[in-house]
Amino acid sequence: MSDTTQNGPMRAADGTPLKKSLARALRRQKLRALALIAPLLIFVLVTFIAPIADMLFRSVQNDIVADTLPRTVVALKDWDSTSGESPGEEVFSALAVDFQAAAEQKIHTKLGSRLNYENPGISSLFRKTGRGAEDIGDAFMDQFVDANAAWKDSETWAGLMGSDEWLAEQAEWVAAKAEGVKEPKFRLRDGIADALPRTSSTYATFARDTQSGTKSLVKTKPWPVFFVALAQDLATASPEVIASVSGDGAALLQEAAATAAGFEPFDYKAAFTDIDKGWDNVGNWITVQSYSARYTPGYFLNAVDLEKSPDGIQARPEQQQIYIKLFVRTMWMSMLITGCCLLLGYPVAWILANLRASTANVLMILVLLPFWTSLLVRTSAWKVLLQQQGVINDILVWLGLVDDGNRLVMINNQFGTIVAMTHILLPFMILPLYSVMKTVPPAYLRAAKSLGATPWTAFWRVYFPQSVPGIGAGSILCFILAIGYYITPELVGGTQGVFISNRIAFHISSSLNWGLAAALGTILLGAVLLLYYVYDKIVGIDNVKLG
Amino acid sequence: MATLTVDTPTPSLMGFTIPLNATAGALLGYIVGTAKGSPAIGVVVGAIFAAALAFVLVQFVPDRRAGRLVGAVVTAILGFFIARISGLVVGALLGLILSWFAYWLARGDYRATVPTYATSGEVLWHNTFKVICGLIFFFLIAPIAVVIPLSFNAQDFFTFTPEMLALDPDGYSLKHYQDFVSNPDWTRPLKNSFIIAPLATIISVSLGTLAAIGLSQSHVPGRRAIMAILISPMIVPLIISATGMFFFYSKLGNWMEGNLGMSQDFIGYVKVILAHSVLGIPFVIITVTATLVGFDRSLTRAAANMGAGPVRTFFKVQMPLILPGVISGGLFAFITSFDEVVVVLFVGSAGQKTLPWQMFTGLREQISPTILAVATVLVTFSIILLATVEILRRRSERLRGMSPT
Repeated sequence: MSDTTQNGPMRAADGTPLKKSLARALRRQKLRALALIAPLLIFVLVTFIAPIADMLFRSVQNDIVADTLPRTVVALKDWDSTSGESPGEEVFSALAVDFQAAAEQKIHTKLGSRLNYENPGISSLFRKTGRGAEDIGDAFMDQFVDANAAWKDSETWAGLMGSDEWLAEQAEWVAAKAEGVKEPKFRLRDGIADALPRTSSTYATFARDTQSGTKSLVKTKPWPVFFVALAQDLATASPEVIASVSGDGAALLQEAAATAAGFEPFDYKAAFTDIDKGWDNVGNWITVQSYSARYTPGYFLNAVDLEKSPDGIQARPEQQQIYIKLFVRTMWMSMLITGCCLLLGYPVAWILANLRASTANVLMILVLLPFWTSLLVRTSAWKVLLQQQGVINDILVWLGLVDDGNRLVMINNQFGTIVAMTHILLPFMILPLYSVMKTVPPAYLRAAKSLGATPWTAFWRVYFPQSVPGIGAGSILCFILAIGYYITPELVGGTQGVFISNRIAFHISSSLNWGLAAALGTILLGAVLLLYYVYDKIVGIDNVKLG
Repeated sequence: MATLTVDTPTPSLMGFTIPLNATAGALLGYIVGTAKGSPAIGVVVGAIFAAALAFVLVQFVPDRRAGRLVGAVVTAILGFFIARISGLVVGALLGLILSWFAYWLARGDYRATVPTYATSGEVLWHNTFKVICGLIFFFLIAPIAVVIPLSFNAQDFFTFTPEMLALDPDGYSLKHYQDFVSNPDWTRPLKNSFIIAPLATIISVSLGTLAAIGLSQSHVPGRRAIMAILISPMIVPLIISATGMFFFYSKLGNWMEGNLGMSQDFIGYVKVILAHSVLGIPFVIITVTATLVGFDRSLTRAAANMGAGPVRTFFKVQMPLILPGVISGGLFAFITSFDEVVVVLFVGSAGQKTLPWQMFTGLREQISPTILAVATVLVTFSIILLATVEILRRRSERLRGMSPT
């Protein structure tokens, strides 16, 4: 027995203070509830919330420029786009290395199509340059190779650039010839970065790209840009520094230094403008510079018909402005559809709520059957009905209301989308309206009439205000569903009756501009969440009923 | 309560029964006349016939049932002389309509559902309103109803052929159904749908029921936020879910293929099943929590009191009571997955083509009449589902002691 004195705390059977014991029980209860919820919560977070977050992230993500042209992006930082001149030699030399690397991996066309979204036409520049860039420095290569054929071999370069330990490991790897074992990771020779800065950094890029695949460094043809970089390095470096380079290639390097002394300095810019004049165009460079950041508002600007320019953000050219129009059309048509649903749903909900229960139950089936029927069945039904050779046109022609020669065009336009979607969303309007109207006592109307109100006044001043919550709930529900619709507009909407969601799908599956699709989706999601918040305030999400 | 009855002589309503019935007859006569190529004759004959029918029935046949039968038979015989079998059917139908209308007017039935003090304007409005509602119900159900007869079309047309309208057996065939069950373009998607939907349903029902039970406990920290997250798959437009899942699941698929060495086909199914089960979860949560609202908590305490462990209590006491809610939630989840196109279009690959996907492609590219056969099968399917859910709902209300509404 616990001793319970009058002043002491109340105790539970096991002697702990009651307060503590209750708190523990409550905590346990909370934990149990959370443990039951946890599996589903984690499941939803991983399979649903994470993908949505990924999409939001993708709408601002822009790694491709910085990843494909890393050197150029760094070099371009200092370029003043307002100067009216294309960037200097430094940038072009960086571009040569980046392009060589990108063309090797065939990713320059991807970058071209990415930038093409912002600057139409730029993709052909990238495609064309990708073909030509591999030849930049060919002349220098020939000269070096003429002087000593050893320069042609990749082993020569590996021996010159790689550290002694790496060379040893590499030789072992070649001897072992083990399947599935990757070539040892390349390491630069000590001191070479100081002696030949351009060449070594270019080679390091080459080594990284080559080794990221399955190719071996000693089996891969050296890039022509090596020779340009080497010539530049040799021209600027002092003979002592060159002499300090150790390893097998040292003698070769000494010899090359003598050869290179007679070379003309290489003009990268001229080499690029020879391939395509577009490289001398300031506009193209502005595009590259504007979109070189890893995160960009570009997709969002694009989604609202704006673009980035040196003068700040401005509207896109007239003929490219489509998204604002599409958003407005989506909103407008969704409102129209919601209005039609309300117009048709209100009388039906009223009659369902005021009929005898047995009759109402039978009529309710007519509302619930479309609700349960597959969306595609209903859409195909409308396609069959509305076609020019379809049932409605046939009946109209048969009744002589429409001439056979000019049958009504009711599909593949806004009319088709509105009719089909009104039919599809009507149950979503009727059900909330019905559940609210069911709670309005019919005696109120009779009371109003007995007090002398005309039927219209009685309806408008007494009944209608009480049905407003149902109107709000049904309208928001219909509107939320309508603005995100994809299937029905796609099938019966033609070009004039499509929504923003169809554009999103187009960018995902056809144009592959995923960033823009994500930005459009984010805007749409924002609108829906806002409406959802309003819905939650008016109706409360716990009050959603089905069937 | 004693009712006071006043014997007032019933006024003769013939004065407007005959003109109104004649108008209805003229309208129907116009339609029949158009079909036979002479609308004007149709209008005149229809009006005269309807007026005569109304007069004869109301004056000489006091029993409505018999009167309607007479009307139907007479018109059917007339119809048979005009257009054989189809005329017989159409005639019987028209006769029924006209004789029903005549009695409805002449016996004052049109006032039956309005209070006696209603003015004639109000009566007119009341009946107009009923007609409007009828038309809206027609709008709701007609598109679905039209598909069903069209699916038996012997031709590859999407409209009624003259043979079909003449009720000629040659105009009907089951060939579209044959195509549906034998063409691999349709059977493979059907199989896929029946692989994906049940598996997705099992995942969402098992996880969803557990979570709904957790959510219905009295103390849940952050219930609103959790609820919002769990409901979100229903709120977020499908196209956005599909976009997000498209990016995410392609990464997931690559990872599974690279690190776990699974076959591409298997990964495709896993992706679609996961995506569909998350879409079905809100429906399970909503229906099961709704069932749990009326759940008597003292029952579980009583079970615990008698020595049952939590697991035993759940399966023996709680589960049988909430089972109707769980099953109808499961049906919702099933139909969500079974009917879903957008997400599977983005997440799945050709190997996971489902029935709605095939219908979507069919509707967008070469529209084949087999779609109508599939649609009819799906409508039948949804009628069965609807009936099941309705029965379960009533059972659940009875179990919880709520009066059926």
